[in-house]
Order: sequence, then structure tokens, then C-alpha cells
Amino acid sequence: MTASPTLGKDLTGLEHMTPEQIRLILDTAEPFKEVSERPIKKVPALRGKTIVNLFFEASTRTRISFEFEAMRIDMVVIRHPSSGAAEFLGNRIDSNVINAGDGKHEHPTQALLDLLTIRDKHGKIEGLKVCLVGDVLHSRVARSNLWGLTKLGAEVAVCGPWTLMPRGIEDLGVKVFGRIEEAIEWADVLNVLRLQLERMEKGFIPSLREYYRVFGVTPERLERSPRAITIMHPGPMNRGVEIDSRVADGPHSIILDQVTNGVAVRMAVLYLLAGGRAELADAAKRGGGE
Amino acid sequence: MTQPILLQGGHVIDPSRDMDQAADVLIQDGKIAGVGRGLGAPEGAIVRNVKGKVVTPGLVDLHVHLREPGNEDEETVASGARAAAAGGFTAICAMPNTDPVTDNQAAVGFIVRQSGRAGLARVHPIGAVSIGQKGERLAEFGEMVSAGAVAVSDDGRPVASSHLMRTALEYARTFSIPVANHCEDPMLAAGGVMHEGLVATRLGLKGIPAAAEEIMVARDVVLAELTGGHVHLCHMSARGSVAIIRDAKERGIRVTAEVTPHHLTLTDYACEEYDTHAKMNPPLREAADVAALRGALKDGVIDCIASDHAPHAYDEKEAAFDDAPFGIVGLETAFAVAYSELVPGGVLSLPELLRRMSTEPARVFHLSGGTLAPGAVADVAVFDPAAKWSVDPATFHSKSRNTPFAGRALTGRTVLTIVAGTIVHEL
Repeated sequence: MTASPTLGKDLTGLEHMTPEQIRLILDTAEPFKEVSERPIKKVPALRGKTIVNLFFEASTRTRISFEFEAMRIDMVVIRHPSSGAAEFLGNRIDSNVINAGDGKHEHPTQALLDLLTIRDKHGKIEGLKVCLVGDVLHSRVARSNLWGLTKLGAEVAVCGPWTLMPRGIEDLGVKVFGRIEEAIEWADVLNVLRLQLERMEKGFIPSLREYYRVFGVTPERLERSPRAITIMHPGPMNRGVEIDSRVADGPHSIILDQVTNGVAVRMAVLYLLAGGRAELADAAKRGGGE
Repeated sequence: MTQPILLQGGHVIDPSRDMDQAADVLIQDGKIAGVGRGLGAPEGAIVRNVKGKVVTPGLVDLHVHLREPGNEDEETVASGARAAAAGGFTAICAMPNTDPVTDNQAAVGFIVRQSGRAGLARVHPIGAVSIGQKGERLAEFGEMVSAGAVAVSDDGRPVASSHLMRTALEYARTFSIPVANHCEDPMLAAGGVMHEGLVATRLGLKGIPAAAEEIMVARDVVLAELTGGHVHLCHMSARGSVAIIRDAKERGIRVTAEVTPHHLTLTDYACEEYDTHAKMNPPLREAADVAALRGALKDGVIDCIASDHAPHAYDEKEAAFDDAPFGIVGLETAFAVAYSELVPGGVLSLPELLRRMSTEPARVFHLSGGTLAPGAVADVAVFDPAAKWSVDPATFHSKSRNTPFAGRALTGRTVLTIVAGTIVHEL
């Protein structure tokens, strides 16, 4: 077993993590932000580690686990269309498994980078009102954000057409807004989810055009808010569908910061799972000179 | 002729005659020869002292999948009949979703012959409603009944067309057989892998709403009323279905229904950690559904317990939740799960449970058995109500091991199973 003393063996989701573990990753990511600005982005703590990226397209059975037994793999980063795939693999191999998105279940590193970006912007997470907007039903980003935000003390809401709201979501301690205007009136932060074209084809919404008109985050709608609402998007964006370009590129958008923080958060996760200690993270990133 | 058997000193529970008392049971020529105190053993009889044990009509299961022909690696008629005997079942009804589909008299006759060869629990074939279970043209009910079919069903798939269901209910009247339906609106359920609710939301799995079942239950009740046919509703899972059936029975509509041991004892929380052994269709639902199903079984709105025994190879269940097949095995755990979970808590008395597992299912499908009345076929089970055991799938007689009850501590075990006067299982 290669369990990290702080995070355990795998990072499959935020639902079962403690607030302390989440804060640890965010704090550990801080020093790595600077690494991601360097031309050569290396973390010495990971030197010599074999890391495999497994990105499945179609629903492939996770039989690959058996083949890993024979190989000496330290870490596996997996993205898979089936919910639970990361847990499935993690339960069957000794390597650390990092979930890079499993079906509609969780996408923990995305939520962690979202949390870090919110914390950078507002200096805190506790007490903030954050609304996830759009296709919550199919979104692993929404689920991971929901867990992370509530564990760190934010107030969380979701907003979107009722056809894209999962059953029982209100029992998870979140507000549900049926109209974007209500969400804008309430929120400090809007995290706007990507709307897949497929949702229209499958009949969840009648058209992308109507989606923009009813749920699109536009400057006109945001102007009605008494606050300057922070705008986020996990990408890639459908400009002119869920988000207006003027909002995406506007003064309150922190979408580019999300991208930058993504590298730092993922480095922090790899570092911690490899057994790195939080208080040494700052030194570790400088270790290139050894 | 088979040897006579005397079961001595047991506690006889015969729900068909409201009998619940200490008595001996004598079996001769494959029939119940007598039930009473102080019966003597005839010359050459097999005598078993069953003091402290419960002697009852053998259990009857209206809903099993035996995978023969087509997937004999998962189960055969013989291995299923062996598992049934070990679970105290003396008669089981095999669903026709085999490969090829059991949709004609030759295929039905094959099941009957395989059952006879095995000589264990009696296997009654259920014929398909439609040719190839395609939901298009009626299969030949008359010929299938003459070959031994006791009901028709497209189970595994719902009869989606209301017109076909109407025709099936009307046509089945001639042969006095029920049409057993897997109630699920296919469009509403499409792509779902578990109950639609909070747990599915958390796990990010596509749900099957209770409404998918309730809509089809309501439709079938309406069609049964229209046609005067007998509809049997398979594996009920939702509290809304219970309300519809209750109302239909009060109005005198010919509807019967079954529920599985797992829908009476587990909820969608069993799917946590993506446990594919909790993946079945209909899905495990919520605590309020379990409570409603238990109440319905108690008061007879649901007539009987059926296992929906559905064997799958272990490697098929060793997969991501979306990819695993639906279904679990149940013949060898059905009685003990129901007994352990329902009787001590006062949901059902033991006689009530045995009624729902023997007398009532036999009545619903017009089968022999389900009674210890003198002259009746000697299908008998003996249970040790005090036996404590733990479920170890490796010891199953079934060829498959897919159960959510592995490791569960249970009370109540089959010690003796007799089919037509022959001992087919003895612990």
C-alpha cells in the first residue's frame, strides 16, 4: 500500500473528505502556484515516480486493473464515463488513484481548483453564497463543488431548468433556484456549468437559443444585482449559450485564474499522495537546486 | 413406488388449512397420507425425527431465471432446481427469457424434460407473451400450455404495447393462465441503473423513477378490468404501486402481485460504494417503499414472495455499476432472509410468511402443492427455525454467486425438502 498519511490512498471524490483534508490540499497548492509559472514545471518530490494517465472515451470495462498488477505504477489518473470507475480501480490496485472525472459522479481536482480560486478572490470561503448554474443533473463538477463548498462553510445553491436538476438535490443542503434572476439576486459567486449540445438532442431543453434567453448569464442580468458577482466556469465554455462573452471576459470573471490554479492544485494532490508533507511543500518546490 | 416417509414430532404449519400445531406427517405414494399425532410408521418407511422443526408445504417460487438454454455457465434447470431444493422450494417457475426465448411448445417441453431429468424441485415453465419477447406478435399460448407452461410473461422486458397486453390478457382467459408482467415504462426507465432519488444523485448514477413502475401497474390494472383477464404483477418495488393494487383489488379486478425478499429488506443505500450486487431491476427503493411493501404483504394486497433468482457470472458483476447486469440470485437465501427480517420484528408471523411463500403462490398460478391436506402431492419442506448461519456464496448450489447478502447472519434454515414423496435435499 502507498497510502498518504494525510489523504489516504486515493483521491476519488470530495464527499467523503474532511474539511481539514480539503484545506490541506488548498494550502499545499499555494507554493505550487509559482511552479506552474516556471518554464519547466517539475516537482522534485515526484522524481522517479511512474504516473499513468488513463482517459477512457467510450464505456470501457475497467479490466485494465489486472494488468497493472504486473507493472510498477505509482499513480494512476483516471477519467472514465462510468460513475464509480475511479473507486472501482482504486479498490483493486495498490497504486494511488486520482479521479479526473467519473461519469456524473465527481471531479474532485476541478472542485479543489475552484475552491482555491474562490479563496484567492474573496479571501475566504466560509459564509460566501455560491450558485452552480446549469446542467447539474449530468455534472460531476457540480457534485464535487457542492461537497467541497458545503464542507468549507459556504452557502450553496443550484440553478437551472428543472429537467436538469437531479432528484433529491435539496436534501443535500442546497437551495434550488428555478430562475437565473433569483440566483443572481442571491449569489456572491456564480459557477456556470458547461451545457453539452447533447442535452438538446436528448430533449432536456428545447434549444440552445432558448437556453441562452432563459438561463444565460448576461451582463444585463448581472447589472440588476446589487453586488459585483464573481464569475467562474470550469471550461470549455459555450459562449453565447450558458455564458455571454462579455461576462466571461468581464472584470469579475476569474475563469483564467481557475486555469492557472488547476496546475497548482493537481501538483499539490500528486505531491501529497506521493507522501509529501504539507509543511515541506514550500521547500519541495525549491528542491530543483539539490 | 417411493418409500413411505414419516416426519415425526414436528411442528406442522399448513396455511392452506390454518393448521399450526404439533403433529406427525405421513407420506405415501408421493402423496400426503396423513397429518396427526401418534402416526405409526408403515413397513419400510423412512422415519425422521423433526422435533423442534417446522414442517410445512414446500415453498413455491413464481419467478426464477434458470439461463437454460443459452447461458448454462450461469445456471441450468438442474442447478437451479438443486438450489431451489436447498432453499426449501419444491416448485419454481422459470421465466422464458432464455436464449433462444421459450416461446413455443418445443422450448417449453424442453424445460419440462430437463426438470424431470433433474428430479429435484419441480420446474414449471413460463412461456413468452410474444414471439422472441419482441413485443410484437402473440406466442402460441395454447400449445405452450399443453406442453406444460403455467403462465406467460415477457419478463426481463415489459409488454410495452398496451394493445399487445390487452390481447394477451384476453387470449390467456381461454387457458385460465395469468399474464405476468414486468411493470416498467421503458421510455421513463431508459438508461437508468438504480432508484431515482438522493442516493443516485450523490453517486451520479441515472435513476429509474418509481413512476416508471406505477404507470405500468396502473395500465395493467385498467387492462385487466377491461378484459377480465388475470394480470400478475412481478416484483413490486414502489409504494405507489401498492396503492394502485389495493384499489384494484377492492374493486374486484383480477390482479395478483409478488414482491422479492430483497425489496422487502434493502433500500437504495445498498448501492453505496457502487456495489453491483445491489443492482437489480426494478431497483431497490426507499425505506417508505419497503414499509409499504411489508404492509401490503401482511394484508394480502401483495399475494406472495418470489425470489426473482437471476444468476450472473461473477465477472459480469465485477464491473463499473453502469456496466454490470441487473439481478441477484435468491433461491438459497429467500426463506431465511424473509424469516430473519420479517418474523422477529413482527411484520409477519411464521404461518403468515409460509402462506406467502407456499399456499398463495401455488394458488396464484394454479399449481399443485402449497398444502399438506391428505391426498395432496407430497411437496414438503422442513425448516429449523432456530438454526443460525451466515451466507457464504461459495457454498451455493446455484452456479452463480451474485448476492447482496454475502456474509449476512441469518436465522432459519431448510433441513429437508421433499418433492412428490422423494427427499431431494437434506442438511
